[in-house]
Amino acid sequence: MFNLNKNKLITLLKVQYSNMLEYRVEIALWAISGIIPFFMLNIWTNNNLNESINLSNVMLSRYFLSAFFVRQFSVVWVVFTFEEDALLGKISPYLIQPLNPFFRYFAQHIAEQITRFPFALIIALIFFLINPESLWIPSLGLFLLSCLSTFFSFLIQFLIQSIIACFCFWTEKASSIERLLFIPTLFLSGLLAPVISFPEYVKSWIYITPFPYLIDFPANILSGNNTNIISGFFMQIFWISILFPIFKRTWSMGTKKYTAMGS
Amino acid sequence: MKISKYIKIYSLFLSTSIASELEYKTNVIIDFITAILSLVGSVFLLTIFFQNTDNIGGWNFEQALIIQGIYTILNGITNTWFNPNLTEIVKHIREGTLDFVLLKPLDSQFFISLNKIAPSGFLEIILGVALLFYCIGINQININISFLVLCITTLFCSIIILYSLWFLISTTTIWFVKTWNATEVLRSFLYIGRFPLNSFSFSLRIFFSIFVPIAFITTIPSEVFLGIAKLWEILFELIVAGIFFIVSRRFWLFALKYYTSASS
Repeated sequence: MFNLNKNKLITLLKVQYSNMLEYRVEIALWAISGIIPFFMLNIWTNNNLNESINLSNVMLSRYFLSAFFVRQFSVVWVVFTFEEDALLGKISPYLIQPLNPFFRYFAQHIAEQITRFPFALIIALIFFLINPESLWIPSLGLFLLSCLSTFFSFLIQFLIQSIIACFCFWTEKASSIERLLFIPTLFLSGLLAPVISFPEYVKSWIYITPFPYLIDFPANILSGNNTNIISGFFMQIFWISILFPIFKRTWSMGTKKYTAMGS
Repeated sequence: MKISKYIKIYSLFLSTSIASELEYKTNVIIDFITAILSLVGSVFLLTIFFQNTDNIGGWNFEQALIIQGIYTILNGITNTWFNPNLTEIVKHIREGTLDFVLLKPLDSQFFISLNKIAPSGFLEIILGVALLFYCIGINQININISFLVLCITTLFCSIIILYSLWFLISTTTIWFVKTWNATEVLRSFLYIGRFPLNSFSFSLRIFFSIFVPIAFITTIPSEVFLGIAKLWEILFELIVAGIFFIVSRRFWLFALKYYTSASS
């Protein structure tokens, strides 16, 4: 089911990267639409809300900048593409190919992130021009760890969305489930407020869910804020190892259910 | 006669699009749950902000809830009318079906802006109104005729501004073909409408009152609600709404001159 070798992977990436370069302007706009963390930072520091959680303005601005970066490189939209392909019947030719179509989507996402990188960098530069005091250089080790945890965050979201996308085989329109799931992701992942600022009645259970590991955990590593690196990585790997078999299962069940266009 | 024709056509739009939306019943139910969760999430975020302070930007928690209520209503309107219709412009232009719209003996802006309806936004509107009624209770607001008139006028102006912003951005599709993501940028900017304008720093406040007048959209109706709005603010919102609406109309007619169909 997953026969993939290095050559195939490189070809896929090359094709998708040139494809994505066509849509540079769109991807730039998409990068801009991710600036919500900066608005939140503005509210936090402008009203001195961070005093109560013992985070200085500088650390908080680093946190939100990191959150912006983590979000940029963990955005997943596979369910929307898959839904369109399924509705238009494009899935059928993909299914004949000796390659799981999700590898194609996966390569699309990676290629899109590479295209997005320079734009995200420009936004970060503007941020540092406005807030020069928050400039920092993370140590190489922490930087690599944060990259890895961002990739894991991306994987978790990619797996969840792929599972939802497989529901298209039954309901045709699965993107509304994704929009539903996006709400807790938005409010609980740490994109709008760092998880340490959450009230106790939420903090007591949130670390068991995958949400804080999507943005808060990688952003804390990158910005140099306190976080438990070992348990964070453990939970990320734990969730990936749970989600992957579920995805494989729904995929094989869904493809059996699939009846192509017009049949 | 002309107006009655448009009313008749609109009722036809309504029945056909609701019928087609109800094809996906589970979708509508899931969207309802999404609307409720979204409001719960915003209130949750507000409680985090108010954990250790009693006001942000001079608004206390009960007053900030009014802004949430107004935002929820406007978001519901966006999801019901603006989003399903105006994202369709992109499709019309990419696939060349705008030709069919222009050929109809009907105003093209009317057709493009109101053709579809997504019933899932209704619940958001109801939730927003309910939240506002709750706020009337906890903020001890006296209701009288002038209050109601002012509330409805400013809210109506907000809807006009919001519509014009959406429509202006969607119109640029005629040149750029794919501006689907530009509306995403607008969406993320609109997000700040959940919070009082005064809670942002001075430079952001300027940006969001002059370049993208999101400030007017939620803050002024909320101030009217609390009875603290100044007369010039209300007049200013009326003028801004008027200008935006005229500009969006003109811009559409101007853009149509550059429309070159799909294969020409």
